[in-house]
Amino acid sequence: MGFHKLQEIADWVQQKNLPFWKVVMQDDRQERNVSEEESFGMMRSMYQAMREADQSYSPELRSASGMAGGDGARLEQFRRQENRLIGDFLTEVMEKAVKMAESNACMKRIVAAPTAGSCGVIPAVLLTYEKQKEAGEDRMTEALFVAAGIGEVIAASASISGAEGGCQAEIGSASAMAAGAVTYLEGGNTEEILHAAALALKNMLGLTCDPVAGLVEVPCIKRNVSGAVNAVVSSQMALAGIRSVIPPDEVIDSMRRIGKLLPGCLRETSQDGLAATPTAQKIGKQLSEK
Amino acid sequence: MNLFDIVGPIMVGPSSSHTAGAVKIGYVARKLLAEPIRKAEILLYGSFLLTGKGHGTHLALVAGLLGMKPDDTRIPHSLELAEQQGIAISFGEADLREAHPNSVLLVLTGIDGRELRVVAESIGGSRINIASIDDLSANFSGDYPTLIVHNQDQPGHIAEVTSMLAHKSVNIAEMRLYRASRGGNAVMVIECDQEVPKESIAWLRHLEGVHKVTYYSLEEE
Repeated sequence: MGFHKLQEIADWVQQKNLPFWKVVMQDDRQERNVSEEESFGMMRSMYQAMREADQSYSPELRSASGMAGGDGARLEQFRRQENRLIGDFLTEVMEKAVKMAESNACMKRIVAAPTAGSCGVIPAVLLTYEKQKEAGEDRMTEALFVAAGIGEVIAASASISGAEGGCQAEIGSASAMAAGAVTYLEGGNTEEILHAAALALKNMLGLTCDPVAGLVEVPCIKRNVSGAVNAVVSSQMALAGIRSVIPPDEVIDSMRRIGKLLPGCLRETSQDGLAATPTAQKIGKQLSEK
Repeated sequence: MNLFDIVGPIMVGPSSSHTAGAVKIGYVARKLLAEPIRKAEILLYGSFLLTGKGHGTHLALVAGLLGMKPDDTRIPHSLELAEQQGIAISFGEADLREAHPNSVLLVLTGIDGRELRVVAESIGGSRINIASIDDLSANFSGDYPTLIVHNQDQPGHIAEVTSMLAHKSVNIAEMRLYRASRGGNAVMVIECDQEVPKESIAWLRHLEGVHKVTYYSLEEE
């Protein structure tokens, strides 16, 4: 894959006078030796699969462990309530994030973005945007290219694996990707896109991966919500003119170093953190006796 | 990794390593057996054994053995489907020492009696490694057409196989050699850029000193 730094994408955007998403698409075309139609069509099919996954959510779904399911329906109910503190956009983002992550835990079809455990973050932001802002599918596909470009750099120069870098590498990466994508949709320029991603990732640095009983359920599902909301909030900060003091590529490099410093017991091994609590131990024991 | 490993793949949850990777392992093993499966013993190890149930790893492995891909919505129902097809499935623990934490030993028997022992690992994302075939090292990803030749460790076999590939205009992407002992059982694992013709594989099987030829094709069944 071509890009190892966000600055490289930014340079290409400037030199070639192309939009951010198109620079990412050109790189994919070259890498896989495919046409513009094939590359764009493939990304569109990813977006459509996200939409189908959201629509096929069922409130009756429960995971094999019994820990996951039903919260998406609770948030849907909550969205219909009038005395909410937060607005319609963020409320629906929360709902869609939980629904997707619950669907994943219940063996439904999802799109890993960048991973299965973090699959709720990007669609929660983008699908809500498409619906509430009435953006067309082409534009949503472009936004997904922006997200993918940011993810590509994080994967190449840090990590998108919880086992390698903790949760910051999964939900953190997804949040940075979604922040960049929604900034693009809101008309942000390259600098704003990159700083939205940087702000989002900074807010997630150090997050550990300590899932209860080793399952992609607790705390993963609700963390998809915080990743999605964080993406929107970070994007708003960037669009308000706020900049990350630490440049975006240096934030990604910090994430890599922090990931390396995280002990193994907090990197998807379920040996410590939330997974080591008395309640988690009890749940684990009950599941192994099932 | 390409862009669609970042946004994508489309898969049935919950875990790229424990679910999607497990489907892929079953799928590759089915193709390696090269005949319909009659019986499958699925022996789990490490994290596959400890957290597999909650991740649907057992369902995913069976789904792959039935020829499903990681995005197949029938994955959660694979055990019922296997039963309908009359395939005997059993689960157990694998006695593998110091293997990758996400490992499985598949012992497969085909309807014409062909047998195969595959140790496979899910190594992150939905990427997999076929660690061994019939207890001899293999180490390939299933991303390329792959030819595995088990032969007697004696001069000339590599030349026979590689000249056949040259003759058929098949380019070798990667090639690895292993042997159990000098003059004993040896194996060559050849990942190719093109498919190896069926008749060439049949030809290899008849060579003296060649014990077994296994082939993984990327072509759809």
